[in-house]
Amino acid sequence: MSATAIHLENLSISYGKTPVVHDVAFSVAEGESFALVGESGSGKSTILRAISGLAPEWTGAIAILGKPRGHAPDRDFAKVCQMVFQDPYGSLHPRKTVDDCLAEPLAIHGIGGRDARVRDMLAAVGLDQRFRFRFPHQLSGGQRQRVAIARALMLSPRVLLLDEPTSALDVSVQAEILNLLKKLRREQGLTYLMVTHNLPVVSFLCDRLAVMRHGRVVEIADVSALKTGRLADPYSRELYAASGGALQPA
Amino acid sequence: MSVPLLEVEGLTVTFPTARGPVDVVRGISFSLGRERLGIVGESGSGKSMTGRSILRLIRPPGHVSAGRLVFDGIDLLALSERRMRALRGARISMVMQDPKFSLNPVMTVGEQIAEALLTHAKLPRRALKARVLSMLEAVRINDPERVAGLYPHEVSGGMGQRVMIAMMLIPEPDLLIADEPTSALDVSVQAQVLDIIDDLVTGKGMGLILISHDLNLVARYCDRILVMNGGEIVEECRASELHLARHPYTRGLLAAMPRMDEDRDVLPVLDRGAWTTGAGT
Ligand SMILES: Nc1ncnc2c1ncn2[C@@H]1O[C@H](COP(=O)(O)OP(=O)(O)O)[C@@H](O)[C@H]1O
Ligand SMILES: Nc1ncnc2c1ncn2[C@@H]1O[C@H](COP(=O)(O)OP(=O)(O)O)[C@@H](O)[C@H]1O
Ligand SMILES: [Mg+2]
Ligand SMILES: [Mg+2]
Repeated sequence: MSATAIHLENLSISYGKTPVVHDVAFSVAEGESFALVGESGSGKSTILRAISGLAPEWTGAIAILGKPRGHAPDRDFAKVCQMVFQDPYGSLHPRKTVDDCLAEPLAIHGIGGRDARVRDMLAAVGLDQRFRFRFPHQLSGGQRQRVAIARALMLSPRVLLLDEPTSALDVSVQAEILNLLKKLRREQGLTYLMVTHNLPVVSFLCDRLAVMRHGRVVEIADVSALKTGRLADPYSRELYAASGGALQPA
Repeated sequence: MSVPLLEVEGLTVTFPTARGPVDVVRGISFSLGRERLGIVGESGSGKSMTGRSILRLIRPPGHVSAGRLVFDGIDLLALSERRMRALRGARISMVMQDPKFSLNPVMTVGEQIAEALLTHAKLPRRALKARVLSMLEAVRINDPERVAGLYPHEVSGGMGQRVMIAMMLIPEPDLLIADEPTSALDVSVQAQVLDIIDDLVTGKGMGLILISHDLNLVARYCDRILVMNGGEIVEECRASELHLARHPYTRGLLAAMPRMDEDRDVLPVLDRGAWTTGAGT
């Protein structure tokens, strides 16, 4: 039995006076890939934001690799857990080159050997070295997402929070990024918590999934239940059927 | 065979660029009856430009040329802009991706749907209101009276898109062009909206051009499919036979999509060199 990478208990999250996530609990084992699916506005991104410290108004417990997370910003946290967003255009600084963007986390944490590390990371995400001094607008959508993933991996985190990492991409580019994520996880023993609305993507990349609706988790299932059409909750089954799946008795 | 509703021959859309004129649609031909035709392909393949050309909505410096562009016997290329305006909405309608950009924020939903009808027909007030409410019912809005009084920002994405469909279909056009009509919506809402479009189109015997990047979706809701790549139609097939597609691009796209019962360890990626002629990208 491996250690727990992400542990959430009685997690409720608000924006100001508005509660948006209610009493969520689940654990993700180290090396596991876990998906959060469900309708838009159900609180999936908010959970990732609370874990990474971007949504500080929460109650309950969050622990990463056995270490409880506080509400205050936490610099060391960035070394173990990083987030990748849907739209790399929005998350990459438009006037910084790929090189600046990748070296920055190392500079912030006072880590040396930047040149070699940037070169290695570009290779790891399958980007040719000639992209190193380009700006985001000189890259395609898939190349930008590779840069965003490379940046998230610069500090060698153990856990990646992925928010719809391929939703803005064409299917052929999505395939490349999904293959990359699978390869990186295998090579580096990473743990993934991934938000997506695409159930087949869950089948390809994840071991388990939680289905969310109206700020609550309605079902946690093994990916085999998804692959065989045997999700149990009525809303999960609705989602599955709407995604073109052929339902089987739960 | 009966006369087609739409005939397109040698349609080309050109944009000037720093490196000279670029054809983003490259001499494509197809025809459409009262059927559901899907146009699929990746972003930038020329799907939207094709749809907009039919309505003559390509703005300068974009330029459209065609050997033939005939709708129900009317030569669209020869039509004056005034007559083209009368045709748009009344006989050919278009639904676009995001209702937020297409709805007028300062008019209620009901007023906008009524206006869409009044542009093309004269009706007394009472009859007008009844038509609006029954159209809202047709797009499965349960409490049409209440929804008619709402402003666009007060309705959800899925409801906004149903309002758009109501606006586009209330003049009873013969052809609906739906360009990524559900790409901004949740999966479960997508299916509802497409079912509504499907019911109305099939029920009224209209023609439908459904433009999407999603092969599965187009296969589910269309009779026939055109696959576009680099401004060209690389494949045409019956929707039910999409899995038998021959062109390497179509086969590549189908293979690259994860499946619900996925068991492949690696997804095959497109080898673009396998078919590109060297033109364009
Ligand atoms: N910064 C914010 N301030 C206030 N409300 C927010 C903010 N971000 C998201 N919300 C609201 O919180 C709810 C959950 O949003 P989100 O977590 O983004 O959902 P999902 O990722 O499942 O689509 C939604 O109702 C959304 O409108
Ligand atoms: N104003 C423009 N100037 C130059 N090229 C354009 C312009 N508008 C669109 N294009 C190009 O036309 C091609 C086809 O676009 P479009 O029909 O919108 O693609 P799709 O709908 O298939 O994603 C794209 O490569 C796009 O970059
Ligand atoms: Mg989200
Ligand atoms: Mg388009």
